[in-house]
Amino acid sequence: MLVAVLLPFILALFIPLLSKWKNKLHTGYFVTIVPVIIFIYFIRFIGAGFEPVTREYSWIPSLDMNIVFYLDGLSLLFVLLISGIGALVAFYSIFYLHKSEQLGNFYVYFLLFMGSMLGVVLSDNVFVLYSFWEFTSLSSFLLIGFWNHKKASRYGALKSMLITVFGGLSLLGALVFMSNLTNTASIQGMIDQQQLILNHEYFPLILCLLLLGAFTKSAQFPFHIWLPDAMEAPTPVSAYLHSATMVKAGIYLVARYSPMLSSNDWFFIIVSTFGIITLCWGSYMAVRQTDLKGILAFSTISQLGMIMSMLGFGTKMAVFAAVFHILNHATFKGSLFMVAGIVDHETGSRDIRKLGGLMTYLPITATLAVLASFSMAGVPLPFLNGFYSKELFFDASLHLKVTPEGFKELLQMAMPYLAVFGSIFTFVYSMYFFFGTFRGKANIEELPKKPHEAPFGMLVSPIILVLGVIVIGLFPHLINEPFIAHAAHAVKGVEFEKHIKFWHGITPPLIMSLTVVVFGTILVLTRKIWQPVYRFIPGVLSMNKFYDGTVDRVERYSGKITNGYMNGSLGRYVRLILAAILVTTFAFMAVTGGFTIDTSNLADLSLPGISVAVMMVIAAVGTIITNNRITAILILGVVGYGLSMLFVLFRAPDLALTQLIIETVTVALFLLVFYHLPKLRKKEESASTRVLNIVISVGFGAMMTMIAISAHSSKWFDSIAGYFIEKSHSLGGGDNVVNVILVDFRGLDTLFEIVVLGIAAMAIFGMIRLRGNKEED
Amino acid sequence: MEFIMAILAGILFTTGIYNLLQKQMLRIIIGTGLISHGAHLFILTMGELKTGERGAPPILTEGVESYTDPLPQALILTSIVISFGVTSLLLVLAYRASKINGTDNMEQLRGNDYE
Repeated sequence: MLVAVLLPFILALFIPLLSKWKNKLHTGYFVTIVPVIIFIYFIRFIGAGFEPVTREYSWIPSLDMNIVFYLDGLSLLFVLLISGIGALVAFYSIFYLHKSEQLGNFYVYFLLFMGSMLGVVLSDNVFVLYSFWEFTSLSSFLLIGFWNHKKASRYGALKSMLITVFGGLSLLGALVFMSNLTNTASIQGMIDQQQLILNHEYFPLILCLLLLGAFTKSAQFPFHIWLPDAMEAPTPVSAYLHSATMVKAGIYLVARYSPMLSSNDWFFIIVSTFGIITLCWGSYMAVRQTDLKGILAFSTISQLGMIMSMLGFGTKMAVFAAVFHILNHATFKGSLFMVAGIVDHETGSRDIRKLGGLMTYLPITATLAVLASFSMAGVPLPFLNGFYSKELFFDASLHLKVTPEGFKELLQMAMPYLAVFGSIFTFVYSMYFFFGTFRGKANIEELPKKPHEAPFGMLVSPIILVLGVIVIGLFPHLINEPFIAHAAHAVKGVEFEKHIKFWHGITPPLIMSLTVVVFGTILVLTRKIWQPVYRFIPGVLSMNKFYDGTVDRVERYSGKITNGYMNGSLGRYVRLILAAILVTTFAFMAVTGGFTIDTSNLADLSLPGISVAVMMVIAAVGTIITNNRITAILILGVVGYGLSMLFVLFRAPDLALTQLIIETVTVALFLLVFYHLPKLRKKEESASTRVLNIVISVGFGAMMTMIAISAHSSKWFDSIAGYFIEKSHSLGGGDNVVNVILVDFRGLDTLFEIVVLGIAAMAIFGMIRLRGNKEED
Repeated sequence: MEFIMAILAGILFTTGIYNLLQKQMLRIIIGTGLISHGAHLFILTMGELKTGERGAPPILTEGVESYTDPLPQALILTSIVISFGVTSLLLVLAYRASKINGTDNMEQLRGNDYE
């Protein structure tokens, strides 16, 4: 099983090597083999007596991160969808993408996506699941931005990335929470300990984070906005990622965790409310679109909302219908995307306002489209699978099993009506899609290309999918018992009879279906009349405006803030640094009572010392006041010589010597350089800057004084001076203790101090001798 | 005496930082010089000042019991040399920078990509 999941990744590594044969054979042929192999491998598991299979591979055992694959009915459904539709899409893309495209990149991203999607649905370890989850976001980002020369592609890719990664990180939060609570990283292990999570005080947070991850990935309201923009991807990608697989990852997650969560009332309320809103909003908005893929994108949103709401209902029938509809939706939506791709490919346009009357030009495509779109609409014909799942959906919405109180009662009452409302619009856009493209007046002259039937290879994949629609429609039991029932069992956790047998007779769901057809037909025919309603309803409610505004504001304000303090002025940075030091130090001293004065251990005052100190103060202040360069340099020298006099007074002969020499050399250096420097000028700062400078510098000086006094007043242990003085002669063989420390006890300091001098000398040499070309002197 | 030295070190820091906050390079270098003087004095003061009879210079002599602390002196010696190296580097840097850019005003020295 590990090999099956890793196969796409392995092939992705070899794709660049295949580019040698690029001119002879389309890369897609090699790629198609992989999902076919995976499909064949996993289809063996189908059967009435299927039991969950677990495989474990060691990855990071010390962190409880192992690659654990858990194949139950639900995973099997998804694995077969991913590999099956993956094979069809890979085959379709051979004819869709020309050899002049960057096929290597395309198929590498495609295989990465397929492998990570397989990983998502098979992983039992939550951290492995999360890794694959983000991998799908990443590869989806790459695929949406495949034509990266187009601005819209980059916009769509960034948007989907931001939204799905936002959700992915929330999901990570939920997963970490749950694995910490239950002390296991296994999903099944968590479900076994569900009471621990359900009764925890953070449960609402966990639920929200988890659902945020699922809703963003599955394009639920209000996070659906990335999906229509992801239609900038090549059509095979839209067919694969944005109808059949990736957008169902969120559905998968909710289904996977629903054995644990569905007993909670909030799960029902949140999931079914958001699902039904998504259903209604998506189908309502789909009618407004003029781009074929735009219609399909909103249709996907609405169908995902329908599946999500059924998972929220949590009754046996609803779960069965949800799982059944996952399969049905993948078949008809995949084929519809491919149909849209064919229309685009053969006419050069996807704009439904320009298209029309293509039935005579593209007869096979039109046949596929009519079957798939009628299945999507849920038209009551006994050979379309969409009808069954819609029927089950109505049935489930009528039989909600909730304790009727408060909001839940309202929800229970409203649900059938909302379901019918959403389905009416589903009917409308499905009809609009088919009749707008293939019927009506043909204006061939305005199309970029003269339409003719697509090559056979391009038609193979949608034909297989539509055959799937019909086969499931005609013989639902063929896949029901050995396949769908196991998936539903994995979600609901109980054995139950197959509700799909109950489709006969005049029942309330059938009446609802007929209502949908009648009202839908009326709305289709009067579309021109009520079309203006779109000017009012999405108007301000547009989530895109909110998203664009947010992204724009974040960019603008963060730019403003950064430009606010990073203005390029070094003086300001120094002020900020010093002010930060001042505030933290004073605050720390005030809070801990750090300032102490102890006068017991002071050296005697000496008059020479004080007079030297006074002289140094005068000189130091003089450097500020003077506007003459020579004066400033000389009185800096006065400070240095004063310091060396203090060293003499305080019994530090070596220091005094060094200070004297260094000060002399420094002054000489200053005098050498100052001639070349521009003259000192009068101060040109504003008064407020000057006051600020004074406050900061005085504050800093006061701080240093306070630290010195406090440090002197609180000596906690003796100096190690005694050791040096005692051992200087016996260990170091010298009487000058300072020198012995410098070259013997702490010789390493001296070594690197010499290195510092050497580097400074070399740098100075380099700066003076090595010059760029642009300087003349 | 320590308190007076602490105050003196504080004043050296004050004037040094005030110079550091100016716009001209020469003033900034003078400021760093003052700050390093302040820091050296600060370290010396921390090592207990010994005037008069309290301690002799740390050179071992017959009959002397009390010496000043040699360790801060060794540290300061190292520091003096390093700050000398840095100051001379800064001076040459300032010289070159003002030559190339034609100004020694820090406010005018900004990156090209500044917006």
